[in-house]
Amino acid sequence: MDSNNNSLGEFENTLKKHAQELVESLERGRFGDAVQLIHQLNQTRDRGLYQEVGKLTRELHSAIVSFQIDPAMPQAEEVSQITDATERLSYVVKLTEGAANRTMDLVEASTPVLNDLAGEAQALSTDWQRFMRREVAAPEFRDLVKRVDSFLTHSAEGNRKVSGHLNDILLAQDYQDLTGQVIKRVTALVTEVESNLLKLVLMASQVDRFAGIEHDHDQLRAEKDQEKHPTRGEGPQIHADKREDVVSGQDDVDDLLSSLGF
Amino acid sequence: MNKDMKILIVDDFSTMRRIIKNLLRDLGFTNTQEADDGLTAMPMLESGHFDFLVTDWNMPGMSGIDLLRKVRADERLKTLPVLMVTAEAKRDQIIEAAQAGVNGYVVKPFTAQVLKEKIEKIFERVNS
Repeated sequence: MDSNNNSLGEFENTLKKHAQELVESLERGRFGDAVQLIHQLNQTRDRGLYQEVGKLTRELHSAIVSFQIDPAMPQAEEVSQITDATERLSYVVKLTEGAANRTMDLVEASTPVLNDLAGEAQALSTDWQRFMRREVAAPEFRDLVKRVDSFLTHSAEGNRKVSGHLNDILLAQDYQDLTGQVIKRVTALVTEVESNLLKLVLMASQVDRFAGIEHDHDQLRAEKDQEKHPTRGEGPQIHADKREDVVSGQDDVDDLLSSLGF
Repeated sequence: MNKDMKILIVDDFSTMRRIIKNLLRDLGFTNTQEADDGLTAMPMLESGHFDFLVTDWNMPGMSGIDLLRKVRADERLKTLPVLMVTAEAKRDQIIEAAQAGVNGYVVKPFTAQVLKEKIEKIFERVNS
Protein backbone atom coordinates (compact mmCIF):
# COMPACT_ATOMS: atom_id res chain seq x y z
CA MET A 1 0.00 0.00 0.00
CA ASP A 2 3.01 2.30 0.44
CA SER A 3 3.38 2.86 -3.28
CA ASN A 4 -0.30 3.78 -3.51
CA ASN A 5 0.07 6.34 -0.77
CA ASN A 6 3.20 7.66 -2.46
CA SER A 7 1.59 8.14 -5.82
CA LEU A 8 -1.47 9.68 -4.22
CA GLY A 9 0.73 11.87 -2.00
CA GLU A 10 2.71 12.99 -5.04
CA PHE A 11 -0.51 13.89 -6.81
CA GLU A 12 -1.81 15.83 -3.83
CA ASN A 13 1.49 17.69 -3.43
CA THR A 14 1.57 18.61 -7.12
CA LEU A 15 -2.06 19.68 -6.87
CA LYS A 16 -1.36 21.98 -3.90
CA LYS A 17 1.78 23.47 -5.40
CA HIS A 18 0.28 24.00 -8.84
CA ALA A 19 -2.94 25.40 -7.47
CA GLN A 20 -1.08 28.29 -5.86
CA GLU A 21 1.00 28.87 -8.99
CA LEU A 22 -2.18 28.71 -11.06
CA VAL A 23 -3.86 31.42 -9.00
CA GLU A 24 -0.71 33.56 -9.19
CA SER A 25 -0.38 33.25 -12.95
CA LEU A 26 -4.07 34.01 -13.43
CA GLU A 27 -3.78 37.09 -11.20
CA ARG A 28 -0.79 38.28 -13.23
CA GLY A 29 -2.66 37.61 -16.46
CA ARG A 30 -0.19 34.92 -17.65
CA PHE A 31 -2.81 32.61 -19.23
CA GLY A 32 -0.27 30.63 -21.23
CA ASP A 33 1.46 29.57 -17.98
CA ALA A 34 -1.92 28.77 -16.41
CA VAL A 35 -2.90 26.44 -19.26
CA GLN A 36 0.52 24.82 -19.03
CA LEU A 37 0.00 24.22 -15.29
CA ILE A 38 -3.47 22.74 -15.83
CA HIS A 39 -1.96 20.43 -18.42
CA GLN A 40 0.75 19.33 -15.96
CA LEU A 41 -1.86 18.72 -13.26
CA ASN A 42 -3.89 16.61 -15.64
CA GLN A 43 -0.83 14.62 -16.57
CA THR A 44 0.05 13.85 -12.94
CA ARG A 45 -3.54 12.88 -12.21
CA ASP A 46 -3.75 10.67 -15.31
CA ARG A 47 -0.41 9.04 -14.53
CA GLY A 48 -1.63 8.18 -11.01
CA LEU A 49 -4.96 7.00 -12.33
CA TYR A 50 -3.38 4.79 -14.98
CA GLN A 51 -1.03 3.40 -12.37
CA GLU A 52 -3.89 2.54 -10.01
CA VAL A 53 -6.10 1.12 -12.76
CA GLY A 54 -3.10 -0.92 -13.88
CA LYS A 55 -2.60 -2.29 -10.36
CA LEU A 56 -6.31 -3.03 -10.05
CA THR A 57 -6.28 -4.86 -13.37
CA ARG A 58 -3.24 -6.94 -12.38
CA GLU A 59 -4.82 -7.73 -9.02
CA LEU A 60 -8.10 -8.70 -10.70
CA HIS A 61 -6.22 -10.91 -13.07
CA SER A 62 -4.36 -12.66 -10.27
CA ALA A 63 -7.63 -13.04 -8.34
CA ILE A 64 -9.22 -14.64 -11.40
CA VAL A 65 -6.24 -16.95 -11.73
CA SER A 66 -6.26 -17.86 -8.05
CA PHE A 67 -10.03 -18.50 -8.00
CA GLN A 68 -9.59 -20.44 -11.24
CA ILE A 69 -12.63 -18.78 -12.75
CA ASP A 70 -12.44 -18.65 -16.52
CA PRO A 71 -15.68 -17.52 -18.15
CA ALA A 72 -14.23 -18.29 -21.57
CA MET A 73 -13.88 -21.95 -20.71
CA PRO A 74 -17.00 -23.12 -18.93
CA GLN A 75 -16.30 -26.75 -19.82
CA ALA A 76 -12.74 -26.61 -18.50
CA GLU A 77 -11.70 -29.84 -16.86
CA GLU A 78 -10.36 -28.03 -13.83
CA VAL A 79 -13.39 -26.66 -12.00
CA SER A 80 -13.11 -23.33 -10.20
CA GLN A 81 -12.56 -23.34 -6.46
CA ILE A 82 -15.96 -21.73 -5.95
CA THR A 83 -17.68 -24.44 -7.99
CA ASP A 84 -15.68 -26.99 -6.07
CA ALA A 85 -16.73 -25.43 -2.74
CA THR A 86 -20.38 -25.43 -3.85
CA GLU A 87 -20.12 -29.10 -4.72
CA ARG A 88 -18.47 -29.83 -1.39
CA LEU A 89 -21.28 -28.09 0.49
CA SER A 90 -23.87 -30.03 -1.52
CA TYR A 91 -22.02 -33.14 -0.43
CA VAL A 92 -22.38 -32.00 3.22
CA VAL A 93 -26.13 -31.55 2.73
CA LYS A 94 -26.36 -35.00 1.13
CA LEU A 95 -24.32 -36.65 3.86
CA THR A 96 -26.18 -35.04 6.77
CA GLU A 97 -29.51 -35.86 5.17
CA GLY A 98 -28.43 -39.45 4.65
CA ALA A 99 -27.28 -39.77 8.27
CA ALA A 100 -30.50 -38.23 9.60
CA ASN A 101 -32.63 -40.61 7.53
CA ARG A 102 -30.50 -43.63 8.42
CA THR A 103 -30.80 -42.78 12.13
CA MET A 104 -34.56 -42.33 11.87
CA ASP A 105 -34.90 -45.61 9.91
CA LEU A 106 -33.07 -47.45 12.71
CA VAL A 107 -35.13 -45.79 15.46
CA GLU A 108 -38.32 -46.63 13.59
CA ALA A 109 -37.14 -50.24 13.19
CA SER A 110 -36.25 -50.51 16.92
CA THR A 111 -39.47 -49.08 18.37
CA PRO A 112 -41.78 -51.99 17.38
CA VAL A 113 -39.25 -54.56 18.69
CA LEU A 114 -39.24 -52.86 22.10
CA ASN A 115 -43.02 -52.37 22.06
CA ASP A 116 -43.60 -56.08 21.29
CA LEU A 117 -41.24 -57.15 24.09
CA ALA A 118 -42.90 -54.73 26.52
CA GLY A 119 -46.33 -56.11 25.60
CA GLU A 120 -45.22 -59.71 25.99
CA ALA A 121 -43.54 -58.96 29.35
CA GLN A 122 -46.66 -57.18 30.59
CA ALA A 123 -48.89 -60.16 29.71
CA LEU A 124 -46.44 -62.63 31.29
CA SER A 125 -46.12 -60.50 34.42
CA THR A 126 -49.91 -60.56 34.93
CA ASP A 127 -50.00 -64.37 34.66
CA TRP A 128 -46.85 -64.72 36.77
CA GLN A 129 -48.53 -62.74 39.58
CA ARG A 130 -51.46 -65.18 39.38
CA PHE A 131 -49.02 -68.11 39.61
CA MET A 132 -47.39 -66.53 42.72
CA ARG A 133 -50.84 -66.24 44.26
CA ARG A 134 -51.25 -70.00 43.50
CA GLU A 135 -54.15 -69.27 41.13
CA VAL A 136 -52.65 -71.24 38.22
CA ALA A 137 -53.53 -74.88 37.68
CA ALA A 138 -51.02 -77.45 36.39
CA PRO A 139 -52.02 -77.49 32.66
CA GLU A 140 -52.01 -73.71 32.50
CA PHE A 141 -48.67 -73.67 34.31
CA ARG A 142 -47.10 -75.85 31.62
CA ASP A 143 -48.38 -73.33 29.06
CA LEU A 144 -46.95 -70.46 31.15
CA VAL A 145 -43.54 -72.16 31.29
CA LYS A 146 -43.56 -72.45 27.47
CA ARG A 147 -44.45 -68.75 27.19
CA VAL A 148 -41.66 -67.77 29.60
CA ASP A 149 -39.26 -69.88 27.56
CA SER A 150 -40.33 -68.28 24.29
CA PHE A 151 -40.22 -64.81 25.88
CA LEU A 152 -36.62 -65.40 26.93
CA THR A 153 -35.77 -66.34 23.35
CA HIS A 154 -37.65 -63.31 21.94
CA SER A 155 -35.97 -61.11 24.51
CA ALA A 156 -32.50 -62.24 23.49
CA GLU A 157 -33.36 -61.80 19.78
CA GLY A 158 -34.86 -58.37 20.35
CA ASN A 159 -31.89 -57.35 22.44
CA ARG A 160 -29.50 -58.36 19.66
CA LYS A 161 -31.56 -56.50 17.08
CA VAL A 162 -31.84 -53.25 19.07
CA SER A 163 -28.16 -53.40 20.10
CA GLY A 164 -27.27 -53.77 16.44
CA HIS A 165 -29.45 -50.79 15.53
CA LEU A 166 -27.90 -48.68 18.32
CA ASN A 167 -24.47 -49.57 17.01
CA ASP A 168 -25.52 -48.58 13.48
CA ILE A 169 -26.91 -45.29 14.83
CA LEU A 170 -23.52 -44.66 16.37
CA LEU A 171 -21.81 -45.39 13.05
CA ALA A 172 -24.23 -43.09 11.20
CA GLN A 173 -22.68 -40.19 13.15
CA ASP A 174 -19.45 -40.55 11.13
CA TYR A 175 -20.82 -37.80 8.88
CA GLN A 176 -19.66 -35.30 11.54
CA ASP A 177 -16.00 -36.07 10.85
CA LEU A 178 -16.39 -35.98 7.06
CA THR A 179 -18.58 -32.88 6.88
CA GLY A 180 -16.39 -31.13 9.47
CA GLN A 181 -13.36 -31.57 7.23
CA VAL A 182 -15.22 -30.33 4.16
CA ILE A 183 -16.66 -27.30 5.96
CA LYS A 184 -13.23 -26.35 7.31
CA ARG A 185 -11.82 -26.36 3.78
CA VAL A 186 -14.67 -24.24 2.48
CA THR A 187 -14.27 -21.83 5.41
CA ALA A 188 -10.59 -21.43 4.55
CA LEU A 189 -11.50 -20.68 0.92
CA VAL A 190 -14.13 -18.12 1.94
CA THR A 191 -11.58 -16.36 4.18
CA GLU A 192 -9.07 -16.30 1.32
CA VAL A 193 -11.65 -14.99 -1.15
CA GLU A 194 -12.68 -12.30 1.34
CA SER A 195 -9.12 -11.06 1.87
CA ASN A 196 -8.51 -11.00 -1.91
CA LEU A 197 -11.74 -9.12 -2.45
CA LEU A 198 -10.77 -6.67 0.28
CA LYS A 199 -7.48 -6.00 -1.55
CA LEU A 200 -9.44 -5.31 -4.75
CA VAL A 201 -11.78 -2.97 -2.92
CA LEU A 202 -8.84 -1.03 -1.45
CA MET A 203 -7.27 -0.74 -4.91
CA ALA A 204 -10.56 0.38 -6.42
CA SER A 205 -10.89 3.02 -3.71
CA GLN A 206 -7.49 4.45 -4.80
CA VAL A 207 -8.83 4.70 -8.34
CA ASP A 208 -11.94 6.42 -6.98
CA ARG A 209 -9.79 8.99 -5.19
CA PHE A 210 -7.75 9.80 -8.31
CA ALA A 211 -10.85 9.98 -10.45
CA GLY A 212 -12.70 11.98 -7.78
CA ILE A 213 -15.61 9.52 -7.66
CA GLU A 214 -17.84 9.78 -4.56
CA HIS A 215 -20.28 7.01 -3.59
CA ASP A 216 -23.57 7.61 -1.85
CA HIS A 217 -22.92 5.45 1.22
CA ASP A 218 -26.32 6.15 2.76
CA GLN A 219 -28.03 4.84 -0.33
CA LEU A 220 -25.81 1.76 -0.43
CA ARG A 221 -26.61 1.07 3.23
CA ALA A 222 -30.33 1.57 2.62
CA GLU A 223 -30.20 -0.95 -0.22
CA LYS A 224 -28.46 -3.42 2.05
CA ASP A 225 -30.99 -2.92 4.85
CA GLN A 226 -33.81 -3.55 2.45
CA GLU A 227 -32.34 -6.97 1.71
CA LYS A 228 -32.79 -7.79 5.38
CA HIS A 229 -36.58 -7.48 5.45
CA PRO A 230 -37.92 -9.86 8.13
CA THR A 231 -40.37 -11.64 5.77
CA ARG A 232 -37.44 -13.04 3.82
CA GLY A 233 -36.19 -15.17 6.68
CA GLU A 234 -32.62 -15.34 7.92
CA GLY A 235 -32.34 -18.95 9.02
CA PRO A 236 -30.77 -20.04 12.29
CA GLN A 237 -29.18 -17.28 14.39
CA ILE A 238 -25.57 -18.06 15.26
CA HIS A 239 -25.06 -15.36 17.92
CA ALA A 240 -28.53 -15.30 19.44
CA ASP A 241 -27.11 -14.63 22.94
CA LYS A 242 -25.25 -11.53 21.76
CA ARG A 243 -28.05 -9.91 19.80
CA GLU A 244 -30.80 -7.79 21.29
CA ASP A 245 -33.23 -8.26 18.41
CA VAL A 246 -33.13 -12.05 18.52
CA VAL A 247 -34.75 -14.42 21.02
CA SER A 248 -32.37 -16.79 22.77
CA GLY A 249 -34.75 -19.73 23.08
CA GLN A 250 -38.31 -20.99 23.42
CA ASP A 251 -38.75 -19.28 26.83
CA ASP A 252 -38.00 -15.91 25.21
CA VAL A 253 -40.53 -16.66 22.44
CA ASP A 254 -43.16 -17.55 25.05
CA ASP A 255 -42.47 -14.36 27.03
CA LEU A 256 -42.68 -12.23 23.91
CA LEU A 257 -45.92 -13.85 22.77
CA SER A 258 -47.51 -13.56 26.22
CA SER A 259 -46.54 -9.86 26.28
CA LEU A 260 -48.49 -9.59 23.02
CA GLY A 261 -51.53 -11.13 24.71
CA PHE A 262 -51.09 -14.74 23.60
CA MET B 1 -58.04 -33.21 21.73
CA ASN B 2 -59.08 -35.36 18.77
CA LYS B 3 -56.22 -37.76 18.04
CA ASP B 4 -57.64 -38.51 14.58
CA MET B 5 -57.41 -34.91 13.45
CA LYS B 6 -55.84 -34.38 10.04
CA ILE B 7 -52.52 -32.52 10.22
CA LEU B 8 -50.48 -30.97 7.40
CA ILE B 9 -46.71 -30.66 7.98
CA VAL B 10 -44.98 -28.10 5.74
CA ASP B 11 -41.17 -27.93 5.65
CA ASP B 12 -38.71 -27.89 2.75
CA PHE B 13 -36.40 -30.39 4.50
CA SER B 14 -37.69 -33.94 4.35
CA THR B 15 -35.76 -34.91 7.50
CA MET B 16 -37.48 -32.16 9.52
CA ARG B 17 -40.87 -33.28 8.18
CA ARG B 18 -40.01 -36.80 9.25
CA ILE B 19 -38.94 -35.70 12.75
CA ILE B 20 -42.16 -33.72 13.26
CA LYS B 21 -44.20 -36.61 11.87
CA ASN B 22 -42.53 -39.04 14.30
CA LEU B 23 -43.01 -36.70 17.27
CA LEU B 24 -46.68 -36.23 16.37
CA ARG B 25 -47.10 -40.00 16.09
CA ASP B 26 -45.54 -40.36 19.54
CA LEU B 27 -48.18 -37.94 20.80
CA GLY B 28 -50.86 -40.14 19.21
CA PHE B 29 -51.50 -38.15 16.02
CA THR B 30 -51.16 -40.53 13.09
CA ASN B 31 -53.28 -38.77 10.47
CA THR B 32 -50.55 -36.58 8.95
CA GLN B 33 -49.66 -35.42 5.44
CA GLU B 34 -46.65 -33.49 4.15
CA ALA B 35 -45.89 -30.60 1.78
CA ASP B 36 -42.53 -29.04 0.96
CA ASP B 37 -43.55 -25.36 0.71
CA GLY B 38 -46.50 -22.99 0.73
CA LEU B 39 -47.19 -23.44 -2.98
CA THR B 40 -47.76 -27.20 -2.62
CA ALA B 41 -49.46 -26.81 0.78
CA MET B 42 -52.15 -24.33 -0.30
CA PRO B 43 -54.03 -26.60 -2.77
CA MET B 44 -53.84 -29.46 -0.23
CA LEU B 45 -55.36 -27.23 2.45
CA GLU B 46 -58.06 -25.99 0.08
CA SER B 47 -59.25 -29.48 -0.80
CA GLY B 48 -58.11 -31.64 2.11
CA HIS B 49 -60.22 -30.70 5.19
CA PHE B 50 -57.21 -30.35 7.48
CA ASP B 51 -57.68 -29.67 11.20
CA PHE B 52 -54.20 -28.37 11.99
CA LEU B 53 -51.25 -26.85 10.10
CA VAL B 54 -47.62 -27.09 11.24
CA THR B 55 -45.34 -24.98 9.04
CA ASP B 56 -41.74 -23.82 8.72
CA TRP B 57 -41.05 -20.15 7.83
CA ASN B 58 -38.11 -20.12 5.43
CA MET B 59 -38.98 -22.16 2.34
CA PRO B 60 -38.49 -21.69 -1.41
CA GLY B 61 -41.59 -20.99 -3.47
CA MET B 62 -43.98 -19.70 -0.82
CA SER B 63 -42.69 -19.02 2.70
CA GLY B 64 -44.53 -20.06 5.85
CA ILE B 65 -45.51 -16.49 6.75
CA ASP B 66 -47.06 -15.98 3.31
CA LEU B 67 -48.85 -19.32 3.64
CA LEU B 68 -50.20 -18.19 7.03
CA ARG B 69 -51.48 -14.94 5.50
CA LYS B 70 -53.13 -16.86 2.63
CA VAL B 71 -54.79 -19.21 5.10
CA ARG B 72 -56.11 -16.31 7.20
CA ALA B 73 -57.39 -14.56 4.06
CA ASP B 74 -59.27 -17.66 2.88
CA GLU B 75 -62.91 -17.70 4.00
CA ARG B 76 -62.95 -21.47 4.63
CA LEU B 77 -59.49 -21.77 6.17
CA LYS B 78 -59.25 -18.62 8.30
CA THR B 79 -59.97 -20.42 11.58
CA LEU B 80 -57.48 -23.27 10.94
CA PRO B 81 -55.04 -23.51 13.89
CA VAL B 82 -51.47 -22.85 12.70
CA LEU B 83 -48.26 -23.71 14.56
CA MET B 84 -45.03 -22.25 13.21
CA VAL B 85 -41.93 -24.38 13.78
CA THR B 86 -38.94 -22.43 12.51
CA ALA B 87 -35.32 -21.37 12.97
CA GLU B 88 -36.35 -17.73 12.46
CA ALA B 89 -35.68 -16.15 15.86
CA LYS B 90 -35.84 -12.36 15.39
CA ARG B 91 -38.28 -10.56 17.67
CA ASP B 92 -39.67 -8.64 14.68
CA GLN B 93 -40.42 -11.92 12.94
CA ILE B 94 -42.24 -13.41 15.93
CA ILE B 95 -44.30 -10.22 16.25
CA GLU B 96 -44.98 -10.34 12.50
CA ALA B 97 -46.20 -13.94 12.78
CA ALA B 98 -48.37 -13.07 15.78
CA GLN B 99 -49.91 -10.17 13.86
CA ALA B 100 -50.52 -12.43 10.87
CA GLY B 101 -52.56 -14.68 13.18
CA VAL B 102 -50.30 -17.59 14.13
CA ASN B 103 -51.59 -19.77 17.02
CA GLY B 104 -48.20 -20.93 18.29
CA TYR B 105 -44.50 -20.37 17.59
CA VAL B 106 -41.75 -22.93 18.24
CA VAL B 107 -38.09 -22.08 17.52
CA LYS B 108 -35.73 -24.75 16.21
CA PRO B 109 -33.98 -26.62 17.70
CA PHE B 110 -36.90 -27.77 19.83
CA THR B 111 -37.75 -30.71 22.10
CA ALA B 112 -40.64 -33.18 21.95
CA GLN B 113 -41.91 -31.68 25.21
CA VAL B 114 -42.10 -28.14 23.77
CA LEU B 115 -43.97 -29.36 20.70
CA LYS B 116 -46.43 -31.24 22.90
CA GLU B 117 -47.04 -28.25 25.20
CA LYS B 118 -47.67 -25.86 22.32
CA ILE B 119 -50.07 -28.21 20.56
CA GLU B 120 -51.99 -28.81 23.79
CA LYS B 121 -52.16 -25.07 24.47
CA ILE B 122 -53.43 -24.32 20.97
CA PHE B 123 -56.27 -26.84 21.26
CA GLU B 124 -57.16 -25.78 24.80
CA ARG B 125 -57.79 -22.29 23.39
CA VAL B 126 -59.49 -23.48 20.22
CA ASN B 127 -61.88 -25.71 22.16
CA SER B 128 -62.62 -23.26 24.98
